[in-house]
Amino acid sequence: MSDHNEQTHIDSVGTYVKILVALLFLTGLTTAVAYVNLGALSTVVALSIACLKMLLVALFFMHVRHSTQLTKLVVVGGLLWLMILLLLTMSDFVTRGMIGVPGK
Amino acid sequence: MADHSLTNKGLSNHGHAETLALRVQFDTAEQQKDASQLGMWIFLVTEIMFFGGMFACYTVYRNWYPEVFAIASSSLNAVLGAINTGVLLLSSFTMVMAVRAGQLGQQKAIIIFLILTLLFGGVFLGVKAVEWKEKFDEHHIPGQAEFHVEGLKASEQGHAQLFFSLYFAMTGLHALHMVIGAGILLVLIMAARKGTYSAAYYTPVDVAGLYWHFVDVIWIFLFPLLYLIDRHMVK
Repeated sequence: MSDHNEQTHIDSVGTYVKILVALLFLTGLTTAVAYVNLGALSTVVALSIACLKMLLVALFFMHVRHSTQLTKLVVVGGLLWLMILLLLTMSDFVTRGMIGVPGK
Repeated sequence: MADHSLTNKGLSNHGHAETLALRVQFDTAEQQKDASQLGMWIFLVTEIMFFGGMFACYTVYRNWYPEVFAIASSSLNAVLGAINTGVLLLSSFTMVMAVRAGQLGQQKAIIIFLILTLLFGGVFLGVKAVEWKEKFDEHHIPGQAEFHVEGLKASEQGHAQLFFSLYFAMTGLHALHMVIGAGILLVLIMAARKGTYSAAYYTPVDVAGLYWHFVDVIWIFLFPLLYLIDRHMVK
């Protein structure tokens, strides 16, 4: 935590406008790309764009860039637990039926 | 009161007059602000897990019935969904501008940007209401006796009901968060009109901003996951 005693960091209006434009562009992009046949990749692309948008909102609008180390740790920790929830759940559902069950 | 000041003197340089910007249990205004932000983030992490359960449920069923989910998803209005995403992003922009006005101590600008945020939030909920009404008219409400999604076999209608159950649960829970956010904005606007917030103290605006942006992030994931599944499959 330590060295967080500097003045509140104030971003310029221009920075926020740029982020807004980027977010709106990515929204258009994700909508347009949904109509293109990318096969299995389409979900990956959609989620990558969503993650990028999340990063922009969190880092700039939610000021995570200027937050204390402790706050950053909490944010990353939250996402880590979400990954545990999703990955462990899916490791069950995706692998069902991979191995035959005797007697079934 | 007398006891209070004695305690403070006892703690030597910790003594300070209690104000909104610096309550007595904190050493510095900076520390108080960091504590408020951390508290909000801890709450938001519980919210991530709250919505996370629904996203997990969604992932399981989409993994089981990918084609049905794609066809049911295509019945949603992607144009309205995209416009609504833009409206919500705009509201996030005005919200962060309200926080910036707080940092600069511009009391008028705080009020204006909070009102704009509230307006965009209202537009979002209005569009959402129109979309839900469409679903009622199309008999896409799970549990409806006449539930029917075009292009699906009778045996697949149940799986489509699963998709729409998730659609209404997730967008509904999201909309509930928007309504709560609108209530918070109203309270902030009233306080801001009384001149409560300044460059020294705008923590409620700051922390409400975190909540508002979080609700925006949830929608950023809901939009592609619900509206945009394999759109190319259905012409």
